[in-house]
Formats: sequence, structure tokens, C-alpha cells
Amino acid sequence: MNSTHAALQHELDQQSFWKGLSLFDWVWAIIVLLGTGYAYASYSSLMDGYEKGILVSTGVSLVVLGWNWKGIRVLSLAVFLLSIFGVSRYVNGLADAEVDFFLRFLVSSQSAIMWMSALYVLATVTYFIAFFARSEYSGKVASAMTWSATTMGLVGLMVRWRESYLIGLDVGHIPVSNLYEVFILFSIITALLYLFYERRYQTRMLGGFVLLVISAAVAFLLWYAFDRDAADIQPLVPALQSYWMKIHVPANFVGYGAFALAAMVAMAYLVRANAEQKQSNGIAMTLPTLDILDDLMYKSIALGFAFFTLATILGALWAAEAWGGYWSWDPKETWALIVWLNYAAWLHMRLTKGWRGKPMAIWAIVGLFITLFAFLGVNMFLSGLHSYGEL
Amino acid sequence: MNNQPSTPIAPPAPRTSALWLKFLGSMNLAITLLVALSVAAIIGTVLQQNQPYTDYIIKFGPFWFDVFNQIGLYDVYSSSWFLFILFFLVLSTSTCIYRNAPNMLREMREYRQNIQLKTLENYLNTHSWVLLQSVEDIQHVVQKILPHNGYSARLKEGDGYVLISGMKGGASRLGYILTHVAIVLICIGGLIDGNAILKAREMLGQVVPETRNIAASDVPQISRLGFNNQSFRGSVSIPEGRQTDVLFLNYKDGYLVQELPFSVEVKDFRIEHYESGQPKSFESDLVVYDERLSVPIEETISVNHPLIYDGYSIYQASFSDGGSELDMLAWPLAGANKLPQKVKTKVGDEFQMNVLNEPWVLEASNFRLFNINPSDNPEKKFENAGPSVQFKMRNKMGEAKEFLNYMVPVERDGAYYYLSGVRGSPAEEFRYLYVPVDDKGGIDRFMAYLHALGDEELLQRIATEQNFIGATLPTKNTAQLNEAMIRLVGLFVKNGMDGVIEQVEKNAPAEKLDEVSKLYVRVLQQMLGAVYVDVLIKEGVDVSLGVDETKAEFFDAASAAIGAMGRYGSPVYFQLSSFVHHQASGLQIAKAPGKNLVYPGCAMLILGVFLMFYAPQQRLWAWLEQADEGVKFVLAGHAIRNKLDFSKQFKQIQAQFERVLNG
Ligand code: HEM
Repeated sequence: MNSTHAALQHELDQQSFWKGLSLFDWVWAIIVLLGTGYAYASYSSLMDGYEKGILVSTGVSLVVLGWNWKGIRVLSLAVFLLSIFGVSRYVNGLADAEVDFFLRFLVSSQSAIMWMSALYVLATVTYFIAFFARSEYSGKVASAMTWSATTMGLVGLMVRWRESYLIGLDVGHIPVSNLYEVFILFSIITALLYLFYERRYQTRMLGGFVLLVISAAVAFLLWYAFDRDAADIQPLVPALQSYWMKIHVPANFVGYGAFALAAMVAMAYLVRANAEQKQSNGIAMTLPTLDILDDLMYKSIALGFAFFTLATILGALWAAEAWGGYWSWDPKETWALIVWLNYAAWLHMRLTKGWRGKPMAIWAIVGLFITLFAFLGVNMFLSGLHSYGEL
Repeated sequence: MNNQPSTPIAPPAPRTSALWLKFLGSMNLAITLLVALSVAAIIGTVLQQNQPYTDYIIKFGPFWFDVFNQIGLYDVYSSSWFLFILFFLVLSTSTCIYRNAPNMLREMREYRQNIQLKTLENYLNTHSWVLLQSVEDIQHVVQKILPHNGYSARLKEGDGYVLISGMKGGASRLGYILTHVAIVLICIGGLIDGNAILKAREMLGQVVPETRNIAASDVPQISRLGFNNQSFRGSVSIPEGRQTDVLFLNYKDGYLVQELPFSVEVKDFRIEHYESGQPKSFESDLVVYDERLSVPIEETISVNHPLIYDGYSIYQASFSDGGSELDMLAWPLAGANKLPQKVKTKVGDEFQMNVLNEPWVLEASNFRLFNINPSDNPEKKFENAGPSVQFKMRNKMGEAKEFLNYMVPVERDGAYYYLSGVRGSPAEEFRYLYVPVDDKGGIDRFMAYLHALGDEELLQRIATEQNFIGATLPTKNTAQLNEAMIRLVGLFVKNGMDGVIEQVEKNAPAEKLDEVSKLYVRVLQQMLGAVYVDVLIKEGVDVSLGVDETKAEFFDAASAAIGAMGRYGSPVYFQLSSFVHHQASGLQIAKAPGKNLVYPGCAMLILGVFLMFYAPQQRLWAWLEQADEGVKFVLAGHAIRNKLDFSKQFKQIQAQFERVLNG
């Protein structure tokens, strides 16, 4: 009797959330909060309420994220240190990027982004080697490469942010304002989402599939940068000078990233489903089971849908300020609606009609093409009010 | 036994209203509507909406233009069929809420305490123990462990058993309701702010769009909308220092005039530029006058920072010229008249003029103070090409070409030119005439050269002076030869080198074509050169040692420009000499009362979607009953969503019990 009580007490104590936190968790929280506090104390005089709010909530989210996902800690610290290093190497202005060794080969935004690009492509190849050779070691290397690529991508964006201010105080802005910058964002977010599920489901077999989209994005990015000189930092046109942009764009890209992840998982699903049909025993059977793939596909579409809803609404609020109406049936807006309706229909089919399996996987892949059109095609083929990112 | 034949009982016929309800609330209809809406939306993006009707006629031809017009393809989003789809979506979603919400609300609060042991044992997630502890003790443990895992719990003492039912994530059902109510609110709000009401009034004949280009005050009552029009979005261009109390709404192939209960003055309009020359901000200083206000409101608006007054939102939308005053020199392009005519006009005005005994109308349509163009210079992305004026020259037949003239010379490959663009219609790109600048930085030498080429006497003299030795033109004597020379020059000025070649092709025998045209070109060059040297001499240039390189380059450029003059299409070249810049600010003024439904709807939608996905409903039950060997404890769980995650969670909870009770 008493032993039961004691056991219960012990159990309740052990499982309590706060007590479950390790020493490292606390160290993490303290580091982040100290950093946030320092930033607040030093710069709050330069910030408005909105910016202070963002700073504080970023700090808190980072603590919680780090508690739930250890990988984020190393990533944040690496990004932080490298970015600070990169920014500190700029002493005499932008021209330092050509002269300073570290800037030139590592941490100027251009170099960091080249590192990111190279690492993502290498990671893709390595993931496929891991997949075909069934090599666990290669899988680990591929993961490490993906983490490093993500780090370099984030460093690239951070340093670019600073570089924009070096061009001119009035030119400086957060780097989410043109197609080049958002493509980097897209790669990073997709990779992070993937890495999250990689740990969650303890499988690296999907890496090659997901990184394939990222490699495609990188290929586009490089083409865009070299062929169209898109890597230059441009000042913001008046319509883009808005707070809404800073949250609308990242929210959108969580959506796009999640949809891309879902489509690539769907591809893996089709591969495995085919193998099962043929009762093969090949490599395809090392992929996670259909149940897991299906679940993962649903989860990332749900995540994407939630963020895409948020992003579209933020976009509408922004439009209300910039264009005089929350909805103008501008092609970009309209295509966002189409993407949204498409995934709404997908979710309904799954949740209320219980559709599963191949048709849903194919639909998720088609969904990516619709998304791609909304993301790129509209800028290329249709004209409208969305002024950034013309090809 | 009864042997009576049993009367077959038909199932009671469902009432029509029930059938309708079923149809409207069906998922198939919902998905069909979602897909239909997407397709309609795609059409609207592929075909550019609300363009001038003439553009569509050009694109599709009169027949298809009419067909497409009938089915509303030029304004898909306010066509009746599109509104019909939206309307059905509202109806269907409402029905769906009506049918599901009561259940969901109940389910949110219900702990399912009537569940049977059998059901529990059949669930996917279930585990049973036989334990030695007392029922009370186990019950105590359950009541601690369930809340510890986030479940709220209810106890029921049944006949020989105790059932503890736990539930978590009831809010996901609320999420469903929020999401779907939000859809209804947003659609209704959108319908209010769209132009459905206006369309209805138009169909009833209460409003007719105005298609003529006339002053707002002359627009008849039938094309005017009063203060009672609750939702609209229109635009108006206000020159600095002026005010307006009306707006223009583009409607079909015309417009409507919307009256405002106040007037807006634009005191000043400003464009700021980045160092690179790209625009940085557009701002207008506004004053709002309203009888209801004791003091007028003064405020500065800019892009992304509108002024909200009395439910009306006033936005900085665009800018244009507000009637800049222009002083221009009109240089005649034909004949020997050297003196330019002074012309004073204003952007937006028409200026009648007489050139070479023909009436022409100059219609200045735009003036720009800056022209920020992509730069050829790799160091700089953009360059400011300075002020420009855009205008049309209309001849007596009413035909016009459009021109774009730059005020200051621009550099190209080291030399400077006056640029004048010309095009036949707005659909074309401008093609540019490059008029070279002389040593003094002016246009005079070019004009002197051009006029010299139109001066027959002069040409006669020069042709005589020139000794065209070796010229084997197919003519017999000098007089004829000179005549031919002058004709050749005339031809060149009128139609360019192409005209000369054409002439050769007409006259020369085919086998000698090449030879003859080379000859013509050489002779023409010689003649042009001689005229040019004459112009230089008259200017006072010493040519005894020949012509220097710049002057030679000038000759080439000037001759090329004159060769292109035939296609220029204006009898004069306008040189902008001075201007007074007046700007106009393009405002958009909107009233959107539907916002009051749409914005709360958006908030509900976000909340609802996150609740639905991230607060999945999960249930646990603990069934305790006294058995022979001890207490039978059945733990079972059920979730409708995220079953994989739930199974994992169930295993963890099961393990907790295992440790506490069997540990
Ligand atoms: C047009 C009529 C509509 C009907 C009849 C309808 C009906 C339903 C039903 C019955 C569910 C399942 C609820 C449940 O069992 O959990 C559902 C779920 C859902 N509906 Fe609708 N819906 C409609 C429109 C929409 C629209 C326009 C959207 C917007 C995108 C939408 C978004 C959703 C979402 C995201 C879910 C997921 C539910 C979950 O995760 O549980 N619905 N809808």
C-alpha cells in the first residue's frame, strides 16, 4: 500500500516537466536569456515596441525549441558565433569582403551561401549513398553535412542583413525581400523540417528524397545569382517597407517548406508502395513503413497548411495597408488561395473521407507543383501587384 | 401463426428539406466547390482582368471578345457565376456547421462514461492488469496519473465497477467550429466588400458606367454613386494644391463617379530616392475638409501608412504629372527654315500648331523629372537620364505617333546624344532617334546640317563645285548629274538609305545592281560630306587641315540620324528648354465595412486551424472491477487523429502505471 504511494510520488516527481530538465537544458536557457537580455539592454533604445516584442519572443521560443530539440542548440550557437565573427570582420565597409581572408572564403554572405549550396548538394549525394549502400555511417555524415549547410545558410542571411546596412543605413533591411533571399530561406526551412523528422522517426532513409528539392532550389539559386546578378542587395521599394513583410514572408516559407517535404515523403511513399506490391526485398524496403510515411506526409501538410493560412492572412493585412484592400485578386494572392484550397481539399479527403495511400501521395506531389507555380510561376508568367522577385 | 401477407413497409420518404440539408452539407459538394473555386481563380489569373475592352478585342477578335464578355471572363471575380459558387460555399459550410456543431460541442464536454468494458478491450490501445492493491488505491493512482498527463478525468461508480474517463484536447472540436464559421464570415464579408451590390444595381438599371472622357462634374447622375454606397475602392489623381470630393471607380469598360462626404486636398507630393536613384518613398501631405470637423485634419500619408478617416481609408497609390508647364523649341525637320518655333504648353493640354502649312496637334501627356534607367556601367546599377517629356503629335487625319524626348543629352560609347523615342502604339516599345550633340553641347549644328540638306540652292551650288570625277552615273551631262545628286539627297533625307537602295533597285538593271548601289552610296557620302563641310565653314570652323575626329564622328552620327528621320513621323523635333514641375498624387480611397466580419473571421481561422491540428482530442479510460484473483484494471485509449503518436503516448502511460502498480 505505502509502496504504491511512494512509487506514485516517485513517478509524478520524475515525470514532472521542470524536473525532467537536465543541467544542460538550464545552461541553454541561461545562455539564451542572457544573450537576449544583453541585446535588449544594449539596443532597446533603438527599437520600437514591435521589435522588442520580436526580440523577447525569439529568445523565449529559442529556449523552448532547444529544450525539445537538442540539435537546435548547437545550430544556434554556431550560427551566432560565426555571424558575429563575420560581422566583426567588416571594418572598413563592404570592400573588406574582397580583402579579408575570412570574409572572402568563409563568412561573407556570398561565401557562406556558396558553402551552404555546396554542402546541401554534397549531403544529397551522401544521403543517396547511405540509402543505396545501406551505410549508416554515410547517413550520419549526410546529416552532419545538412546541419552544416543549414548553419552556413543562416550565417549567410545574418551577415547579409548586416551587409545591407553597410551599403547605407536607409538601405538596410531583413533579407527576406527578394527571390534570391527567399530561396535561401526556403532551403533552410525545408532542411530544418526534415532534420526534425529525421530525429523524430529515427531514420535517415528519407534524406536523399527531401534534399533533392533543396538541391533543386540551390541549382535555381546559383543560376539566378550568376546569370541574373540577383545576389546584389537592393534597397526596398516603398511597398515592401512594412512590418508585415517580415512575418508574412517567413510564415509563407514554413508553408512552402512543409509542402515540399510532404511531396518528397509522398515520393518515398510511392517507391515503397510499389516495392511492396511487387513483394520486392530491395532497397526500397529500407524506407520507413507506409504507415509512418503516410503519417509524416499528413503532419507536414497540416503544418504547412496552418502556416500557410497564417501567412495568407498576414498578406491580406499587409495588402490592406499597402494596396488599399485586403484582397485584390492579384495573381499572387489568387494563387496562394488556390494552393490553400487545394490542401484544404486534401485534408478534407483524408480526415473526413478517410482517403489514404497512393492517391493521396500523388495528390501531395501535384500539390507541390501547384505550390511551385504560386511561388515561381506567377512571378515568371503573370503580372500583378507583387513587385518583388521578377525574373 | 399469422399467415397474413405482410404489407411491405416502404421506408418513410425523406422530406425534401432533409434531402437538401444532406446535399448541402455533403463533403462531396464541399470538395467540388473548393475545386470549382480554384479553377475559376486560375482563369482569372491567366487572363488579365479588367483591361480596357479594346485590348481584349485586339486579342480575341470581335466574336470571341463578345462570347468571353457574356460569360464575364474580364472580371471573373465579380461575375455572377463566381458569386454563385461563393454563395454555395457559404451555404454548404453553414449547413455543415449546423449539422456538426451541436454534436461537436456535446462531444467536447462529454466524457463517454457509458462506454462498455467490451468496447474498451477491443480498442487498439488497451491493456489489462490483475492487481493486488485495493480498488481505492488504484483509483487514487489513476486520478493522479491521468491529470499528470494532461487529461481531465471524471469518475463514475457503476454496478460492481468503477470507471474513470479522461479526456484531453476537447478544443480541437472547437477548432473545427471556429475554422468553418470563419470561412462563412470571411466569404460574407468579402461579398459585402466586393461589388456584388453594385452589380445588382447595374442590372436593375440604377447605374450605368460612363465611358466618355469628360470632367467629373459633367458626369450624369446615373453614373454617380452617393454616400449611401457602403463599399467601394476607387482612385483619383490630385495635382498639388488642388482638392477633390469625388473618386473614380473603374467599372466594366467605363467608370463611375463616387461622391465623398468630405474633400481631400494634396498640399504637397514628394518622392525620395535612394542614393542609387531607386525610389525610396512616396508621400503626400493631405488636408481633409469636412463640415463635421471644426479643424481640418492635416496628415502625411505614404505607401504602407494610410490615413483612416470616418471609415474611409486613404492610401498613397501612385503619382503622375499634375500639369507641368513646358517650354519647348520646335525645330522643323524639313525645308530650309532654320529657326525653331517657341512652344509653351502644359501636360494634359492640346496645342494647335501649323507646320509646313499643315495643322498638327501637340498633346503633351507626361513629364518626368527623373528617369532612373538600368545602367550600362557595371559599377552602377542605375543611372538618372534626367527630365523627359512624353507627347503625341496628331496630324489632320487624326493619326498620331507617340514620342518620348529627353531634355539633357545622354552618353553612349563616349559621345552625347539627344534621345527621342517614337512608337506607333502604346503596345510597342519606343525606338530611339540619336541626335548627336555638337561641340558647344547644343543641337544647332545638327539642325544646320539637316536644313542644309533641304536647301536646294545650296545643294545645287555644292554639286556644281564638287568634281564627281570617276562618277559614272548613268546620266549624260552635268546638269542632269547635279539634278540626280539633289534628288538622291532628297531621297535620303526623306526615306533614309533604304529609300536610296530602293530607288536603285527600281532603276538599275538586275545584273548591275550591286555595283550601282555601291556607287550611289559612295556618291551620296561624298555629297553629304561636302554639305557638312560647308556647314562647318559657315559655323566658322577652320577646315583647311581637314576635319578632326570628333567632327567626323559627328558627321557619321548625324547622317545616321537623318537617315532614320524618314521613319520618325513628326514634322518637328521638340527640344525641351525649360519647365515648371507640377506633380499629382494618385490616391486610392476605400470603404470596406465587410472588414468587420473578415478580420475577426481571420483571427478565428488561425486559431481554429492550429487548434484542430495541434490539440487533437484523445481519450483514456480506466476500468476497475473486483475479480477473483484481485482487482481487474483495464486501461484503454482512443484518438481520432494522429493515431501513431497516440499509440506511443499510450505506451508511455501504460508504462507509468506498470511502474507504480507493479514496480
Ligand atoms: C464547404 C463546406 C465544408 C464542409 C461541408 C466541411 C466539412 C468538414 C468536416 C465534416 C470536417 C471534419 C471534422 C472532423 O471530423 O474533425 C472538416 C474538417 C476540416 N475542414 Fe471543412 N468543411 C467545409 C469547408 C471547409 C473549408 C472551405 C475549409 C477551408 C480550408 C475547411 C477546412 C477544414 C479543415 C482544415 C479540416 C480538418 C479537420 C481536422 O483536422 O479535424 N473546411 N470539414
